[in-house]
Amino acid sequence: MQIYLPVADLPVDIFLVLAMGLAVGFISGLFGIGGGFLMTPLLIFIGVPPGVAVASVASHIAASSCSGAISYWRRNAIDVSLALMLLAGGFLGTAVGVWLFSLLRVLNQLDLTIGLSYVVLLSIVGMLMIIESVRVIIRERQGKPVVLRRGGSHTWVHGLPMKMRFKRSKIYVSVIPIWVIGFVIGFIGAIMGIGGGFILVPMLIYFLRVPSATVIGTSMVLTLITMAAATFMHAITNHLVDAVLALILMVGGVIGAQFGTRAGQSMKGEWLRLSLGLLVLAVGLRFAFELVVQPDTLYSIRQTGGG
Amino acid sequence: MVACRQSLGFAAILAASMIGAAPAEAERIIPSISRHRVQVTSSFDGTQIVLFAAIDREAGAPPRNYDIVVTVFGPKQTVVTRRKARVLGIWANVASRTFINVPTFISVLTNKPIDGIVKPEVARRLQIGLENIVLPQQIGPDIADTVRDDPFRVNFVKLQVEQKLYSELNNGVTFVSPIVFRADIQLPAVAPIGSYEVDVKLLADGNMITRVNTAFELVKFGFEQRVADAARNHGVFYGLATVLMAFVTGWLASVVFRRD
Repeated sequence: MQIYLPVADLPVDIFLVLAMGLAVGFISGLFGIGGGFLMTPLLIFIGVPPGVAVASVASHIAASSCSGAISYWRRNAIDVSLALMLLAGGFLGTAVGVWLFSLLRVLNQLDLTIGLSYVVLLSIVGMLMIIESVRVIIRERQGKPVVLRRGGSHTWVHGLPMKMRFKRSKIYVSVIPIWVIGFVIGFIGAIMGIGGGFILVPMLIYFLRVPSATVIGTSMVLTLITMAAATFMHAITNHLVDAVLALILMVGGVIGAQFGTRAGQSMKGEWLRLSLGLLVLAVGLRFAFELVVQPDTLYSIRQTGGG
Repeated sequence: MVACRQSLGFAAILAASMIGAAPAEAERIIPSISRHRVQVTSSFDGTQIVLFAAIDREAGAPPRNYDIVVTVFGPKQTVVTRRKARVLGIWANVASRTFINVPTFISVLTNKPIDGIVKPEVARRLQIGLENIVLPQQIGPDIADTVRDDPFRVNFVKLQVEQKLYSELNNGVTFVSPIVFRADIQLPAVAPIGSYEVDVKLLADGNMITRVNTAFELVKFGFEQRVADAARNHGVFYGLATVLMAFVTGWLASVVFRRD
C-alpha cells in the first residue's frame, strides 16, 4: 500500500517502511543503540532525499530509545548522573561538529568526508569489538576463568583528577574522560548524522568500566535526549523532518525495540558484542565497497539547497 | 464517468471551434485539458491528464496531414550533476555541472516519431524532443546549453528518464478524427508539486503552423497540504509536535508491551 510523504514529496510502500522500522528497532533494542547508521542508508536507498532521511531518522531514534529507556528505567538500569555528565560534553561536541559540517559543505567535500568517516569509524569499531568478544569467548571455551577487570584493575583513566562517584554504576572515576566521551559522541553525531550509541556503549565499557547492568540504559537516555534535540533543530533550521515518514518508522521502531530489549536480556554479553561488532563491520565494509568499486553510473543529480 | 466527461469536453471544443472568430492564421488549435488542478492526497500514485484539442481551419482551407507535438514542462529547479572518477582508488565526485532552472519534469508526446515529423535542424530550432529542449547550464561565467552529445547533458537526461521524470513518447498523441486529437499526459508518482505548462505545436509538411499553451497544476491537498505547510512555516511548533509524537509513541509501546 502506497502512502504519499508530504515533506519528502514522494510515495512509499507503507509496509516496507514499517518493516524497516521493525527490523532496525529490534536491533536498536537488542544492542542499546539508536540504529541511525542502518536506517539512514536504507531510506536513501528507497529514494528518500538524504536530508529528509537524516532529519526524520532522528525522530525515529528518539521514539525507539524512549521506549527502550522506559523499560530500563523500570528495571532501575539507568545511571542518571552519568547520563547528565555525558550530556554536558555532548552538547559542546555537537556545536563543534555542526560548525565543521558547514565548513566541509562550503569546501564541497561533505559527501566524501561522510563516506570515509563511516568506513574508517565503523570498520575500526567493528573490528575492535569482534577481537575483544572473540577473545572472551575463546577463554571461556578453554575453561580458563574470565578475567574480571572490574574492581581491582586500574588504567591511566583512573589516575585522572576530579573524581566523582556514580552510585548506580558502582564506579568512581574522573569526570574528564566522561566529558571527552560525551564530546566525541556529540561531534560524530553532528558530522555523520548518527546517534553514536554503537560507539558510546563500548567506550563506556572499556574506558569507564561501566557494568553491563547500567550501560545500555544509560546510553539510551543519552541517545533519547540528543536525538530529540536533533529532531527539533532539523525542524526549525532546514524544515526537512517528514512527520508521516517519522510516524511510520516510529511505530515499527518502538515495537521492534521492545522485542529487541527482551532478546538482549537473555543473551550473553560477549555474544551480544560479537554480533554487534559483525554488524558494524558489515556496514563499514558496505560503505568501503561503495567507495572502491566502480559505480553503475558515474553521474548523479543533486538538488541544490536540499539535502 | 471519465468517458462522459471527455465527450462533454469534446462537445465544448466542437462548439468553440464553430463559433470561433475569424483566425489570423489558416489554422489554430483549441485545446481543452481534463483537469487544471490535480490534488495530491495520501494515496497519490501518479495520474493521467487528458488533453483534447481540435484544429480549427479557415473555411475553404485545403486539408493537410497534420502532426502534433505536445510538450509538458514541470516546475523549474536548479540541480547539480556530478561525475565520479577514481582518485587514489576511491570513487569521488571530481567534476560537476550546474543546470540552471531546468524543468523538473518533461514529457514529449507526438503522433509519430519526431524524425518523421520535422528535419533535425527544424526540431532543434523548435525545441522538439528531449535532445533539443534547451537545458541552460553554468559553463564558466556563461549560462548556455551545450551540444547535444555533451556527456553531462546526456547523462543528466538519462538519469531523469530513468527516474521517469523525463520521457518521450512517439505514440502519445492520437487523432480521433482528421482535425481532433487527444494526448494522454502520464504523471508519475514522483512528479514534483507545482505548476505545469503544456505546449501544443501543430505542424504540417515539416513546418510549424501554429502553437498554443495551456497549463495545469499539481497541488498537495488536505492533510498532506497541512503537514507540508506546518513543516515549512511553523518549524518550532512542528518540531515540538514531532518530538512529542516520538515520546508518546515510545511511551505507548512500553505500556502496551509491559510484562512485569
